[in-house]
Amino acid sequence: MTQLLLFNVFNGLIIGAFYALMALGLSLILNLSGVINFAHGGFLAIGGYLAYSLIPYVGFWGALVASPFLVAFIGIAVERVLIRRLYGRDPLYSLLLTFGLAFMIEDGTRFIWGAQSLPYQIPSWLSRPLSLQFFFLTGYRVFMVLLVTAVVAALFVILNYTRLGIRIRAGTLDLETVAVLGVNTRVLRNLNFGLGIYLAGLAGVLAVGMLGLQPTIGDNLIMPSFIAIIVGGLGSLPGTLVGGILIGVVSGVTTVFLPAASEAVMYVMMAAVLIVRPRGLLGEEGRF
Amino acid sequence: MKFDKRAGDVLIWALLLTAPFWLPLAGSYVELGTRVVIYALAAMALNFLLGYTGVLSFGHAAYFGLGAYGTALTIKYLVPSTPVGMLAGIVLGTVAAAIIGPMIVRLRGVYFAMCTIAFGQVFYFIAFQWFSLTGGDDGVSAWHREPLNFGFATLDILNSNKAFYYFVLAVFAVSAAAMAFLLRSPFGRTLLAIRENERRARFLGIPVDQHIWMSWVVSCFFVSIAGTLFSLMNDFVDPRALRWDQSGNFVIMAVLGGMRSFWGPLIGAAIFLVLQDYISSETQNWMSFIGLFFVLVVLFFPRGVLGIIRRKATT
Repeated sequence: MTQLLLFNVFNGLIIGAFYALMALGLSLILNLSGVINFAHGGFLAIGGYLAYSLIPYVGFWGALVASPFLVAFIGIAVERVLIRRLYGRDPLYSLLLTFGLAFMIEDGTRFIWGAQSLPYQIPSWLSRPLSLQFFFLTGYRVFMVLLVTAVVAALFVILNYTRLGIRIRAGTLDLETVAVLGVNTRVLRNLNFGLGIYLAGLAGVLAVGMLGLQPTIGDNLIMPSFIAIIVGGLGSLPGTLVGGILIGVVSGVTTVFLPAASEAVMYVMMAAVLIVRPRGLLGEEGRF
Repeated sequence: MKFDKRAGDVLIWALLLTAPFWLPLAGSYVELGTRVVIYALAAMALNFLLGYTGVLSFGHAAYFGLGAYGTALTIKYLVPSTPVGMLAGIVLGTVAAAIIGPMIVRLRGVYFAMCTIAFGQVFYFIAFQWFSLTGGDDGVSAWHREPLNFGFATLDILNSNKAFYYFVLAVFAVSAAAMAFLLRSPFGRTLLAIRENERRARFLGIPVDQHIWMSWVVSCFFVSIAGTLFSLMNDFVDPRALRWDQSGNFVIMAVLGGMRSFWGPLIGAAIFLVLQDYISSETQNWMSFIGLFFVLVVLFFPRGVLGIIRRKATT
């Protein structure tokens, strides 16, 4: 029983780390630009597929490094050409646009790489369990948790100590003033979008090692990411992080006692948060 | 050129009333007309909230789907009667909306949109998981709509697709009239006031959240009517009826036709469905084209067809 519980808590932690990684990217873009990026799941899929195609040339580690950057470049280009035009307009339009993009990306990946699930090789020494008693602790899972932790830590260092990060945070609070102070907000939003998409791409490369590779891989991750943002509180990145891990772990624990409700419990949590504290756990009052 | 509103109304009703006769001549089929009317009702219901209250819902497929499932399950398991099934579907969709409403009406803008998406997914998820009741991914099949018995006459909506079209059109007409009536009432005017300037409306002492809740419930009521008709049309319903991409379809129909006009969503639905029908018969990659279509509409036709016509008429 303890082992089962431990297994599911750990599993929840991993899934929660994915949700958090996705949700942080979404949240970055949402906070600074007011755009709900429906295509985030699509970018995640691109990350996975690019890694799949790169592995024969640069190996697993090379793909892990290169693929998220390539995805981020695609994201930056998409922002430049399409999404930039919609800033300042009703959020309805950016929502519809990214919605259309999500369709195109899903169909595009299916067209290029095929609809079947593709095999994805992770280094064999990573896929071995670390101990016999805790069979679920494969190297890959531990590695994933560590990597996500490192990336999230790096993200918060960037946001707190670099000029770019400080500008992003300032822009989240009051973009107009930041522009008046001489910051090129077009570039700022562009880079910020790229940063968000980078996280999606990274989540994609890591996710395929666990979930397999198919065009709809992002679909199952995007809704929980929305919930993570709502539970954590709109406008708060630490909130999003907490929200993502929280719903992952809670749904993991629920699997032990009531498997059928493991996903429903996320929505229950969202409803509870909205009733008790509509701004979310760490959200600021009166932001929306 | 002055665009005469009454002439437009007459033209639209004339086209709708004669559709089963000219659709086959135009190389199409009656079922496409039925589908257009049903989706038009859904998109107009959404537009009640989107265009006239100024609140963006991206989760209307849930209440559409609840209407559809309520009808299907009632007819299959409880009472094999079309009106009872419809009633059950409408009640199911409206009650669910009324319960969820208070949790989200305090939110605005993107936050509101995001919560409607997430709550919408709850019902998709239930329909997908509750295999013993809903058949999961396979949907609810092995049932069919029943002919309507008025006591003195029977309307065979089961076997005659024209009869079913006119039945759908009658429901559509009553619903559209009810929405037009509501929009002209003081309640509807209050909604417009909220759309134009929420803060000022609040200063005037209007309970804004309450009105948004009412508008939300009214909108979901009509969208669940569309849902019941949808499941009657197919004699089948599966979780795709309430998935998030369905919500996106409703929104794009409203935007494409023109959110600020009463008939806009009808025109949007007609264009969208005809295009979808054509593309999906031509290519396997229809999803890309629909996605591209979304992007093009947003970039080049944000005001919609009727918005452009009206703008031309005033300048």
